[in-house]
Amino acid sequence: MATTALVDPETGLTQAQLAARHGLRVAGERPSVAEYSRQLWAYRHFIAAYANAKLVASFSNARLGQLWQVLTPLTNAAVYWVIFGIVLKQTSIPNFIAYLTTGLFIFNFTQSAVQAGTSAISGNLGLIRALHFPRASLPLAIVVTQFQELLASMLVLIGIVLVTGEPITFEWLMLIPALLLQAVFNAGAVLTVARLGARATDLRQVIPFLMRTWMYASGVVYSVTLFQNLPGWAATLAQYNPMLVYIELGRYALLEQAPLLNESLTQLWLAAAGWAIVAGAGGYLYFWRGEQEYGRG
Amino acid sequence: MVDQFEMSNEATVTLPRVEERIPTVVVDDAHVIYRVHKGATGGSSPVAAFRRLVKRTNAPNIQEVHAVRGVSFTAYRGEAVGLIGSNGSGKSTILRAIAGLLPVNRGAVYTQGQPSLLGVNAALLNDLSGERNVTLGCLAMGMSPEEVARRAPEIIEFSGINERGDFASLPMRTYSSGMAARLRFAIAAAKKHDVLLIDEALATGDEGFRKRSEQRVRELREGAGTVFLVSHQLASIRDTCERSIWLESGVIRMDGPTDEVLKAYGEFAKSKR
Repeated sequence: MATTALVDPETGLTQAQLAARHGLRVAGERPSVAEYSRQLWAYRHFIAAYANAKLVASFSNARLGQLWQVLTPLTNAAVYWVIFGIVLKQTSIPNFIAYLTTGLFIFNFTQSAVQAGTSAISGNLGLIRALHFPRASLPLAIVVTQFQELLASMLVLIGIVLVTGEPITFEWLMLIPALLLQAVFNAGAVLTVARLGARATDLRQVIPFLMRTWMYASGVVYSVTLFQNLPGWAATLAQYNPMLVYIELGRYALLEQAPLLNESLTQLWLAAAGWAIVAGAGGYLYFWRGEQEYGRG
Repeated sequence: MVDQFEMSNEATVTLPRVEERIPTVVVDDAHVIYRVHKGATGGSSPVAAFRRLVKRTNAPNIQEVHAVRGVSFTAYRGEAVGLIGSNGSGKSTILRAIAGLLPVNRGAVYTQGQPSLLGVNAALLNDLSGERNVTLGCLAMGMSPEEVARRAPEIIEFSGINERGDFASLPMRTYSSGMAARLRFAIAAAKKHDVLLIDEALATGDEGFRKRSEQRVRELREGAGTVFLVSHQLASIRDTCERSIWLESGVIRMDGPTDEVLKAYGEFAKSKR
């Protein structure tokens, strides 16, 4: 304790002892997980308002405004359909356009969330350094924003699916729990990249490449039956790829004759729930452990 | 004070007028180091970057700025402390560390309750309307939605941004810098505070707003236990603070009664000229 230069003249205590004696707390101390979760819950209105504000702000400079929420997925689907459906003449898959867009939109939910997540902390340093709030609010707000965008693209998707002649069935309802599980998975992924991106700014350059690779590994633009040509271990690996799991659930729900890699619905649900729990809890704990670091540098 | 404390050891209950001074902010040998990306300068070629990766050295375009170098002091309940020093002496940094917004690299900062920082730099969303920024700012300070709805008109009124037309519904990027600063101050000042840190917040805005904001700060100070004020306007420090701390290059030069510290600081500033 002799290292402390200043000793309180009145009490003869060191600074740390003085602080302890009067029950002062370390400024910006990291709360326990339970306390942190409680704080986060108290900030739910902030998260919702921030997510909404971001959604509005992202279109505020565009003349067509929020119409882009629907136009962007539509144009994306059109480009892929022209390349893979018309130019490359994909014929092995029945109703290819619906197969493609289902995979594309579900993958895009994770992709855009993760991409926005890398700058959740580093892009909001001003806010973080000015105000006090649980930092996990920012990455979680991104997930909420992306979920709202997903709902818009799901309307487009349902339109495409209906136009291409798929019948409406009770299985469609499976889409709701599947997307919610994916949202939990995304939250974990976004929390993880948010902490990583807070220190290493290089991550923003790497993520688009990683996500594109992941997309090609998730059977979005080609038939998943191609994975069966792989050696056994690789096929198993592909089968439990979380993105493929969520995409397969979506296709299972919406499409009648889509080729599936994993025919067992139970296995799919178990994998989907397992990934959501592992990624969600893991990402949350990982982000919480760095709570004090955010705002530095 | 020393005698009083000796007496108060056992007798605080029977002698209520004798009070031990209660610390609200204890800063113990605090160091703050910023890591700054200098942007693309020399040595940013791919080959150099690869060599750094292999050798595991830090990139040359990351510079460490040791903004606060071992600062220690204690502030007590009912005190108003002024922080003075030249630009870049670490005043704002130490305030952020007390607010818990910027972690210290070494040492520690202890506080009672949650200190609040009133600054001009509170970042808001420039693409959004003033009204929405008020809502977001208040929610981020931990207000409930009902409270926000109740206080919002009052905040916009106080900021005076609607004096020339309905600016509250326009995006913040259309505001003049003075208007934006006024709105930020109005939002930050809307909350009650335990320990209040004021960082040059009074220097913005026109004459009318300055009067209003000084009044508001006085109200806030009456409710707060301890007030820290950073300002280059020495007159406002003299008016509000009985104690001052003079920081220079991240080190405390002097800590004592405002008159003495200001005098020494004045001589220092003169000698530099």
